[in-house]
Amino acid sequence: MKNIIYIVSIAIFLVLILFPPILGILIKWGSMQDVLDQPDLTSEALSAISASFAVAFFVSFIDIAAGVPMAWMITRGKSRWLNILDTLADIPFIVPTAALGYSLLLFWSDPQGISSLFGTPFVSTGWLLVILLHFTFSFPVVVRVMVGALLDYKLEYEQASRTLGAAPLTAARTVTFAILKPSLIASFTLALARSLSETGATMMVAGAFVNGPIFIQKHIGLGQEGPLVFVSFVLIALSSLIFVMIRLLGSKLKLPFQKVWPRTERKLSNSTVTSSRNGITLLIFLIIVLIPSLFVAIPAFEAIFGGVLPEALSGVGVWGDYWQSIALSYFVGTVVTLLNIVIGLPMAIIIARRKIGNGPTAILDMLVNIPIIVPSVALGASLAIFWKENFAFFPEIWLLIFAHLSITYPYFVRSMSAAVERVSVELEEAGRTLGAKPLGVFRTIIFPLTKYSMFSGAIMMFTRSVSETGATLVVSSLKTAPVLLARSWVLPYIEDPINAPVSRAEIGLGCGFLILLSFVILLVLRLIARGKARY
Amino acid sequence: MPDVRLVNVKKTYGKIVAVDGVSLHVHEKEYFSLLGPSGCGKTTMLRLIAGLVQPDEGEIYIGDRLVNDVPPEDRDIGFVFQTFALFPHMNAWDNVTYGPRVKGFDMKRAETIGHEVLEMVKLHERLDAYPNELSGGMMQRIAVARALAAGAKLLLLDEPLGQLDAKVRNEIRYEIRRMTKDLELTAIHVTHDQSEAMAISDRIAVIKKGRILQVGTPMELYMKPQSVFVAHFIGESNFLEGYVSTVSKRGSTIVLRGGIKVETVQKDIEEGERVVLAIRPGTLLIERGTKKNKNSILGIIERTTFEGTDIRYEVRLENQDMLVVVKPSLMEEWLDIGEKVAVSFSPSRLHVFAYPKEGLREEVAVE
Repeated sequence: MKNIIYIVSIAIFLVLILFPPILGILIKWGSMQDVLDQPDLTSEALSAISASFAVAFFVSFIDIAAGVPMAWMITRGKSRWLNILDTLADIPFIVPTAALGYSLLLFWSDPQGISSLFGTPFVSTGWLLVILLHFTFSFPVVVRVMVGALLDYKLEYEQASRTLGAAPLTAARTVTFAILKPSLIASFTLALARSLSETGATMMVAGAFVNGPIFIQKHIGLGQEGPLVFVSFVLIALSSLIFVMIRLLGSKLKLPFQKVWPRTERKLSNSTVTSSRNGITLLIFLIIVLIPSLFVAIPAFEAIFGGVLPEALSGVGVWGDYWQSIALSYFVGTVVTLLNIVIGLPMAIIIARRKIGNGPTAILDMLVNIPIIVPSVALGASLAIFWKENFAFFPEIWLLIFAHLSITYPYFVRSMSAAVERVSVELEEAGRTLGAKPLGVFRTIIFPLTKYSMFSGAIMMFTRSVSETGATLVVSSLKTAPVLLARSWVLPYIEDPINAPVSRAEIGLGCGFLILLSFVILLVLRLIARGKARY
Repeated sequence: MPDVRLVNVKKTYGKIVAVDGVSLHVHEKEYFSLLGPSGCGKTTMLRLIAGLVQPDEGEIYIGDRLVNDVPPEDRDIGFVFQTFALFPHMNAWDNVTYGPRVKGFDMKRAETIGHEVLEMVKLHERLDAYPNELSGGMMQRIAVARALAAGAKLLLLDEPLGQLDAKVRNEIRYEIRRMTKDLELTAIHVTHDQSEAMAISDRIAVIKKGRILQVGTPMELYMKPQSVFVAHFIGESNFLEGYVSTVSKRGSTIVLRGGIKVETVQKDIEEGERVVLAIRPGTLLIERGTKKNKNSILGIIERTTFEGTDIRYEVRLENQDMLVVVKPSLMEEWLDIGEKVAVSFSPSRLHVFAYPKEGLREEVAVE
């Protein structure tokens, strides 16, 4: 029975999750020659790919540097307010990606944003703004994975280290994060993949900067398919190679955990430094992540005081479609989350426990990442080819759900497989020897020990689904909230603010409602999941 | 090596009072045990001393130093966890030398210490083994070695033998005591196993519901329990309910259920007071027949259990109370189920306690 579940899980993964996003690339394989035949175009494509990797690696390292202290503060702090901070960290996930790009553009470059303090555009469009944007949307990935990992972590190891004379920083560095290495790697991998694939928001802030996805987008606009196939293929191939290497070498990776600098680390562990670190972490989060993400919603206040609120709440005019789209988004997000938990859990266990041997597991592990490595613009095109051209008889809502399953699946599997990997096999064996069936072992042993990681994975899936814009636009004509906001509200407003169907205040209110509703839902879920005893 | 003092220490978790105004003095170089049932607060006391949890009230001293605000790493302690908490990503050698390394000892000194403590726990041959490759006993030895290598002056052991099988447990408990005595350390050992505490401790504190009921040497606690709970928890006791009939200069007379009179040497009780008599099973005499002597009660043997060195009789008394009598199995003639017997005891072997306010059953409950 157990093996049947694993086989079915792998089959579902291949057919439903992996195949659709790469089908388009495989079908159009021949068009790659168009790029290879033009050395200038090849060189342009390769430099765009290099830019993608440079940004992704840089951002992922910064994500770890800023996200891990944030996760630490959230899990080790004692204030109940930290539940709210924890949920606030998900905001960039909640904001539709197109709206996020627009929001950051407004905040960093618009004369009414932070630039108003300096008189000139503070950050112009280009590579710096791309880095800021990528940091903003990949930061929650690291925080979410590491919060789950730290909550599941057995604190006794760290306490043992402290009683042996280690300063708090030494204990965290040499023991806690050494043990949590799988989760650190998982969060780095997810952040890297997310940065490599993002298209919609990047386009809004890139200016003259060209990375892989923007290169694809530019040439799709010119009716060329070759660049899409070439760049997607190279990105997938190189990323997969990197992920396989991370997987194979990760366990052998000797990060500088062993060396100790007692005096320096003791000084760095004192309360002044700790408070400063928390302050800087909060400041980075507020200034670089939260406020820029929410900036698009600030005109909501104008809408509230300008009399738009009653109109919005009663669903008059454009607001009727808006509320329908919100309901659709949450429905799809919920269904996708639940389905992915069911089909993703066995896969997480297969990967964590290397159920099919080391080599095949490493390959499977790499394949799981592919749906999030594929540039979202290519992903959308590929999903559209697969679902719309072959399964048009399916109700459209299911096409949308299937597409979102592909996009969100890796977040859950990555987070859960890292969590399961940390649970000793002996505990499972103990359960089995006491008469528990595999499902019983999962329910009574694995689940209680990994529930926070599971919850983190579920949040990432839900928020990613609710905010997904680019691929949704291509796959379905159904209007989810991000699609409505991006296609019918934000883009027309950017193109022609005077004749746009909505005002800036209404865009702000629309984004504001979406963010607020998602925030409340996540906060309530978080409080329920953790119960009375915080951590 | 330091002494340890707790002065009116209190620790609560929400509405649960884990440690309730405890004052305690552990002498230097003493092997001291905190003994009590699960959930009584003994581990919390140990964690308070280690600095792993902070007291709500009271003061904790290690040596002359008030350590309330001193972090664990600066308390010069070694803590042995019930689950050992060996770092899973380090081998035995790295685990053992972790303390010297994080304290900034130079490598040569750290290695010397590592070899010394591994010699002490006789595990030199498993330096490269990771925790999941070691047996429970080996992990325990490594955990102790790791605590000692860190230069601990005060060794704190939280149910360190709880995960070991009986044979290994018996061996290791004496080893741990020997090592602490050889190194002249002060040791505080948490356990719920009274035989373990009795075997290795210089003194024991018996704890119930966050409070210390009695502190004494194993012999004092066994011979002179000051409460029904201690009489019950340390060793084994029979309890008989009654009331004080008369009190004189020589002692007192207690009337048990069914009007059976018993003489005791207890004088600090009041006539008419409701009391509980505690009698150790091993101090009772049991004879075949129905002949009554002073302080003897007739009964019938309901059950016998052969326990190797001892044989255990459960006797239904004529007043329907039950008594347990334990006799050396190889020294005396065995009695059979259904035989009529007379059970007698010396007045000096009886312990008389005021009847507990919460009731006898609640008083001796260990959960």
